[in-house]
Amino acid sequence: MSTPEPPEHENTGSSRRRFLLGGALAGTAGAAALGLGGALTASAEGTRGTPTGHGGHSSAHGGGVTGPTFRTGSTVDHTTNGFHPTDVLRDFDYGRTSRMADGRTLREWDIYASDEDIEIAPGVTFPAWTFDSRIPGPTLRCTEGDRLRVRFHNGSAHPHTMHFHGIHPAEMDGIPGAGDGVIEPGGSTVYEFDAEPFGLHLYHCHVGPLAEHIARGMYGTFIVDPKQGRPDADELVMVMHGYNTTFDGEGNQLYAVNGVPFHYMHEPVRVRRGELVRVYLVNALEYDPINSFHLHGNFFDYYPTGTRLEPSEFTDTIVQAQGQRGICEMRFKYPGQFMFHAHKTEFAELGWMGMFEVVE
Amino acid sequence: MTTTSSSLRIWAPAAGVVALIALTLTALAVLGGRTLPDRAGPPIEELAVEQTLLTPGEIELTVRNTGADPVRVAQVFVNDAYVDFSGGATAIDRLESSTLRLHYPWHAQQPYAISILTSTGAVIEHEIPAAVATPQPDGGFFGLMTLLGTYVGIIPVVLGMLFLPTLRRIGARGVRVLLAVTVGLLAFLAVDATLDAFELAKESGGAFGGPALVVLGGLLAFLALSAIDHRLSRDRTETGGLRLALLISIGIGLHNLGEGLAIGTAYAVGELALGVTLVVGFAIHNTTEGLAIVSPLTRRRPPLGTLLGLGAIAGAPAILGAVIGGTVSNPELSGFLLGIGVGAIAQVIVQLVPAVRDKAGRLLDPATVGGATAGLLAMYLTGLLVTA
Repeated sequence: MSTPEPPEHENTGSSRRRFLLGGALAGTAGAAALGLGGALTASAEGTRGTPTGHGGHSSAHGGGVTGPTFRTGSTVDHTTNGFHPTDVLRDFDYGRTSRMADGRTLREWDIYASDEDIEIAPGVTFPAWTFDSRIPGPTLRCTEGDRLRVRFHNGSAHPHTMHFHGIHPAEMDGIPGAGDGVIEPGGSTVYEFDAEPFGLHLYHCHVGPLAEHIARGMYGTFIVDPKQGRPDADELVMVMHGYNTTFDGEGNQLYAVNGVPFHYMHEPVRVRRGELVRVYLVNALEYDPINSFHLHGNFFDYYPTGTRLEPSEFTDTIVQAQGQRGICEMRFKYPGQFMFHAHKTEFAELGWMGMFEVVE
Repeated sequence: MTTTSSSLRIWAPAAGVVALIALTLTALAVLGGRTLPDRAGPPIEELAVEQTLLTPGEIELTVRNTGADPVRVAQVFVNDAYVDFSGGATAIDRLESSTLRLHYPWHAQQPYAISILTSTGAVIEHEIPAAVATPQPDGGFFGLMTLLGTYVGIIPVVLGMLFLPTLRRIGARGVRVLLAVTVGLLAFLAVDATLDAFELAKESGGAFGGPALVVLGGLLAFLALSAIDHRLSRDRTETGGLRLALLISIGIGLHNLGEGLAIGTAYAVGELALGVTLVVGFAIHNTTEGLAIVSPLTRRRPPLGTLLGLGAIAGAPAILGAVIGGTVSNPELSGFLLGIGVGAIAQVIVQLVPAVRDKAGRLLDPATVGGATAGLLAMYLTGLLVTA
């Protein structure tokens, strides 16, 4: 998070004020003579409060005590944005499939880069660069061994690429100088490679300045399912990210999962009690070195990068650096609302928090 | 008939010119703007926080748009946590103000960084160095401000005036030196207050001119006092001494208004170290002001009532200043009022200078130079006394 600049007036504190602040060398004799020191001090304490006094505690109903929030009643216009964070959760794009001569599955996608003004928080417009006009970009899903063909069309005013995490030939890496390299505005290219290894991956633009191209919104989830599949579950995608609205490259002003800060506080993620819930959790956050995920009232099995079928840990909090991801599997024992948020609580209070609503 | 025609001869061309100017400006407004390109840069969004009120569970900010473009406050975060707030729902146009009420459980004596996120994603920051409940303007508060103003304004000035009998015995040359001392005292006050005023004005964000407003205040006060002086000197029954004393009283009174303002403001934000040191420090510092008032009166025997009146004129504005400072803590207004004080003092100095000249008309002989130096040093040193 951006640390505010030290305020200017702290350094240029008024000499008048220093003058007034000062204790004088003037002795106590004068006080006795005038007999007023005590009276003034007493009146002052009434207003100033003591170190143990809590100026704000008498108001238990203020927004601050009950947790961070945007201005009450203000919401984002998802219709104008063209995507809805609640839909993003379970929106998996398997592409157009066909059978190849060797019997393998070919999956094809057309992905469009575009510049979009997105209302990222109520009343705040962000000039985003996107894949398919949404943040995060579409969740591309396939099975290990599939042939993947991604046609990338750059409709943005800026040069972009699609760089996939995974195992692929160098010319399919989607970086400047490899294959078709940088795709200029109006241009297009095809990224084609085999889906390996199975696990939870991501894709993002890889044009410099890299941090900005990513932070503007150019990232998405790339899931390669193991051939044998995973147990049936209610599957959710959560991409953790932020918005550096001031573009100063010094942290972010807003943090979110799936596009809109605090969204799942207003629209909790509904899941069923006792049902297996699988969260594909990806950290696409820029400008801050780590992100984290913490679940209330429950624990989960964690599969780092999803590349093994055995969990590495049973926990309620995990940490991910930039580009790290992992699968969280959980069953809720009790009905009701359970919060989830970054346990880097600063991010939580700047938007990265939400609720599960467990129903029967 | 001739008067009418001659005034017509004067005014008709003037009216024509005004009409021509109006026509040209209209044409420029309608057509000229289109001949120039739009601004290449992003919107200029600026908000100056004019007032911060802290009540339990709430921080109230009065913000004024000091930038070129309308500002739409989208969200607000305090110490990196978004907060619920009311007010500022519509765009704030240039020079318009709005009040934001943040619901936040602030704690006494802690610092807070308030970040206002605008519709474009810009962040406007405001620091509260140490949160302190804003005093409620109730009877107790006004009582306290009156007490403070009396201690730092009226009492020291009246104490300083007690030197009058002593001054009477020092002769014409002594009086000249004393007046030079007064000039020195006042010059130091003027410089000190000018620096403070500019510093305050800079803090304000300058919606109404900032530092320029200080200069305006100074010039207006100077001109106003000059006019008053002109009226007083036309009055034949009034002799030089009392007129000068009255002018000095008014000048110092306007200065003490600024001083009271600073005290009230410091009290409101919890920065005022109240108690013995403040009162005694100010007493010593301001006693010299009383001396300045009576220095032109050495050859007269004004009634006690007149002397007390002069003391009240010089000292009582400190009370008013304290009340204003404690209730409307507005740096730009404070800068303006301090500027008025400076202008008033400058005018008084101009008034005093002729009386400092000797019979040959010389101003800077060793005695008067020494006096002025002593005045400057006295103010500087007693100022240190309260700074320590």
